[in-house]
Amino acid sequence: MLLIDCPFCGKRPEGEFSCLGEAVAPRPDPAGLDDDTWSAWLVGRENRRGFHSERWWHVRSCGRVFTITRDTVTHAIQPHAEAGQ
Amino acid sequence: MTAMRLPNGGLVDRTQPLRFQFDGMEITGFAGDTIASALLANDIVLAGRSFKLHRPRGFVGAGYDDGIMVDRLSPRPAPNQLAAVTGIEPGAVYRSVSTWPSARRDFGAVAGFFAPLLPAGFYYKTFMRPSWHLFEPLIRAAAGLGRVPVETWQPTSESRYGDCDVLVVGAGPAGLAAASTAGASGARVMLVDDQPSPGGRLLHDGFADQAWLAEMLAMLEAMPNVRRLPQSSVWAYHEHNLLTVIERAPSDARDLDFRTWKVRARQVVIAAGAQERPIPFPDSDRPGVMLASAARSYLHRHGVRVGARAIVFTNNDSAYATALDLAQAGSAVTVLDARPTVAPEVQARAADRGIRLRTGAQVVRAIGRARVSALEFETAQGRERLDCDLVAVSGGWNPAFHLASQSRQATSVWRPDIATFVARHASEDFSIAGAATGTFGTSDCAREGAAAAATALGRLGIKSPAVPVPESGDAFVANEVHPLWFVPRSKGAGKVFVDLSGDVSTDDLGLAMREGYDSIELIKRYTTAGMGVDQGKTGNVNVIAVVGALSGQPADAVGTTTFRPPYVPVEFGAIAGARSQARLYPWRHTPLTGWHVEQGAVMYEAGLRWQRPGYYPQPGEDWSAAAQREARAVREGVGVYDGTPLGKFQLKGPDVPRLLDLAYVGDFSKLKPRRGKYSVMMSDDGLILDDGVTFRLDEHRWLLHSSTGAADRVHGHLEQLLQVHRPDWRVSLIPVTTQWANATLCGPLARDVLAALNPDFDISNKALPFMGMVEGHVAGLPVRVFRVSWTGELSFELNTPARHGPALWQAVMQAGARFAITPVGSEANHILRVEAGYLSTGHEVDGTADVHDLGLSGLIGPAKTDFLGKRSMEIRRRADPSRFELVGLLPEQGQMVPEGAPITPGGDRIDQEGFVSACVMSVAQQRPVALGLLREGRRRMGETVRARVRDRIIAMQVVEPVFHDASRSRVKS
Repeated sequence: MLLIDCPFCGKRPEGEFSCLGEAVAPRPDPAGLDDDTWSAWLVGRENRRGFHSERWWHVRSCGRVFTITRDTVTHAIQPHAEAGQ
Repeated sequence: MTAMRLPNGGLVDRTQPLRFQFDGMEITGFAGDTIASALLANDIVLAGRSFKLHRPRGFVGAGYDDGIMVDRLSPRPAPNQLAAVTGIEPGAVYRSVSTWPSARRDFGAVAGFFAPLLPAGFYYKTFMRPSWHLFEPLIRAAAGLGRVPVETWQPTSESRYGDCDVLVVGAGPAGLAAASTAGASGARVMLVDDQPSPGGRLLHDGFADQAWLAEMLAMLEAMPNVRRLPQSSVWAYHEHNLLTVIERAPSDARDLDFRTWKVRARQVVIAAGAQERPIPFPDSDRPGVMLASAARSYLHRHGVRVGARAIVFTNNDSAYATALDLAQAGSAVTVLDARPTVAPEVQARAADRGIRLRTGAQVVRAIGRARVSALEFETAQGRERLDCDLVAVSGGWNPAFHLASQSRQATSVWRPDIATFVARHASEDFSIAGAATGTFGTSDCAREGAAAAATALGRLGIKSPAVPVPESGDAFVANEVHPLWFVPRSKGAGKVFVDLSGDVSTDDLGLAMREGYDSIELIKRYTTAGMGVDQGKTGNVNVIAVVGALSGQPADAVGTTTFRPPYVPVEFGAIAGARSQARLYPWRHTPLTGWHVEQGAVMYEAGLRWQRPGYYPQPGEDWSAAAQREARAVREGVGVYDGTPLGKFQLKGPDVPRLLDLAYVGDFSKLKPRRGKYSVMMSDDGLILDDGVTFRLDEHRWLLHSSTGAADRVHGHLEQLLQVHRPDWRVSLIPVTTQWANATLCGPLARDVLAALNPDFDISNKALPFMGMVEGHVAGLPVRVFRVSWTGELSFELNTPARHGPALWQAVMQAGARFAITPVGSEANHILRVEAGYLSTGHEVDGTADVHDLGLSGLIGPAKTDFLGKRSMEIRRRADPSRFELVGLLPEQGQMVPEGAPITPGGDRIDQEGFVSACVMSVAQQRPVALGLLREGRRRMGETVRARVRDRIIAMQVVEPVFHDASRSRVKS
């Protein structure tokens, strides 16, 4: 069970959060994109072994969505990036 | 008698004899005995049969490394209790496992004759024709472990969260030194050990320095900041130093069988010791062949001498402690040492005790079936045979670093001097000390434990004190191991079992590799080596080394498999704790549940653990009769239902219209105040997430409704949309589902009932039209009234703040009494909405149908260039132009069709062309009607299609998906 550092609430156990998955770029305007590019943004994920960025939603407390950098093998978490990005 | 209880010695209490039964035999043991030690004390050496081949088996280890299980029939019936760990109880009844009728006379032994048909992975190769199912019952009856008792015992368990500064795993010399050091510094310490008394191997080594042990215990007892958990196991190491611990029979709570801890430790010291491994040789799985340390354990813990004529077979010094102790206890002992030479001091001490020693010796095979009776062995002088009743084997010791591996911060590394794996890590979260790092020798272990604690304290910024460590060393330590991984089969010799729990022999390992399963992970799964109840504690390193030997690689090239929890078997009941049944996942109730139950409602789950009435049966009614009556009341008079659980979200802010336009397929920016709009919300991958009506309350405030079951998903969806993709939009989103209680009036007389409630607002169709809303009061209670309908009748949804819910319902029932108002449950609701052709998430909205498929193309805002899901929906439709479309279905001959029934061409057993999403007995049409999805259904109106229900075919006519008031005149009246 991860101990996640919420930017507002401090270190809280994983059960207070909902995982939103790998942090992807903000939603592009589909109009200018071909099908492959749109699909790549929608479902393509790096799924990196090692440190990657992911978003968590502190649903059972402050409600904030924020990004953390977590090692997918050891679960080490680095200090978090700016909220909302 | 050859295995026997000695008159003195051991930690058992000879003043407390306990009688119990095993396989029908009356056995006497003492308080402090395990089932294993009591059986051995009574010379019962054969205690079970192996999993696959039903070979006779005895005790190999003296703790969690042993795989013999028994079913406890009484008290507290439970299968698969580990015999070498479970304490005996007076009057208990135990039965051996995988045996019938008993361990001694096991019919399953015939499996041995089928051994050639039962190699690794046999279920892919043998017993296949004409059908595996022919053989299945027999094989299932023969295999398997304990039997589930008819009357189940529910353990009483508690779950607790713990936190501490230092968690010490293991109370052997290293763990005791670590816990004392940490405790003496004032830090909060938890010390977990799986035995009833601390000391680890000190208890069964006959170790001379008991004074040091006593001193440590006294120190720890005097520290209130140290919490000791005896008879407890740390079974998993999770992320960020969260460890799960099972505490068995906690001494501070006599009513508890288990307490499960989730401990967040700031630092962990793993002092879990080491596990002896055997040297497999032909038929070394016979009862009477055990680990050398186990023989010593039974002697020193339980006062049981397990053999009178013992052979000790070893490749290292540690087994000599066993040889000497057995000789002192009166056994005739011979040591067969695989090494060419043995240190002179060791030889001298053996000679002192009259022990015969043969060096350069290798056991060729064991003789005996139900019990070992002799060994054949080979030396430079040739082959010899020696009678015996006990073989104590030591192949070396494997450090127990499993927890470190589970943390995913350690790797396995080979240490050639002790011929086994140890852990290498650079973690700042834990340390490993003692035998768990491959350090053998009590003083060294204690010193390491103290140092590990000092490191841990240092990381916490706490100064560590010095604690005493024992000075005396051990005479016999497995510091140098002469590797002998197994003795291969020779002519006439039997199988060499490497993993006992899984009945895996060297033959199976060789076969697996010849068949191409050449990685250790594949070999493990194909042969089941390491997957049994002992989880490979005695076998895994041997398996790895055998695989290396057979494939010509060193063991560290083969590598270890991934270490996974649990480290020891853990009962599910212990993990569940008090969280069972309703407490596991509590129900959510509306303020009206009490009223519904009082009216005799049968409560259903409406989604997300909400309780809603399914139907209100009157005397003599079953669910169908009640549902028909309630639905008819709505069609002909007036009904009321509790729609409280439906999701409600309050939206506020200047950018709400933009949010709704992006999230929904429809146009919301032009919606006027006090008006609502039904729309569909899609996820960006083009699938329908939810549907519902959203109202504009005034210029800035909106109320979004979702279905009950999707409320949490919709919440997350909108939060993510706002916070991640549109952080600059000014929208406040607050879930208010539980803030409002609901009473929904529906039926032709609904407005009459509303009038009788004394509303302080105009309720005429002009002032409050369909899809309109108003705020005001009825019966003196504040309400918001929404004109939405899911029943196909005139409908007013009355929402009041939750605390007024019961009062509102009382008022409604009173006002509606003269209109014969009827409470309506979800069964009747289902009938009404299907007749009316309204959609329901989970039925027609099944996760694959899109807006066009469901005939809702008109909902899409014509000028909208983008909304969530638009692009993906187009991509999907282009890829699959032949769509499953919403249709109505009329089953012929008054037959009901089960929900989910496939529709197939001609009713044949082939790929379906649709399915029935809902079927009800219509009150409007007095016959079964159904909704469904059918390939290209919209152009097949009038066709007859066929639903297939197992072997029945039901013909249905394809019609428009509405069976009542298609013009919606009643809804809009």
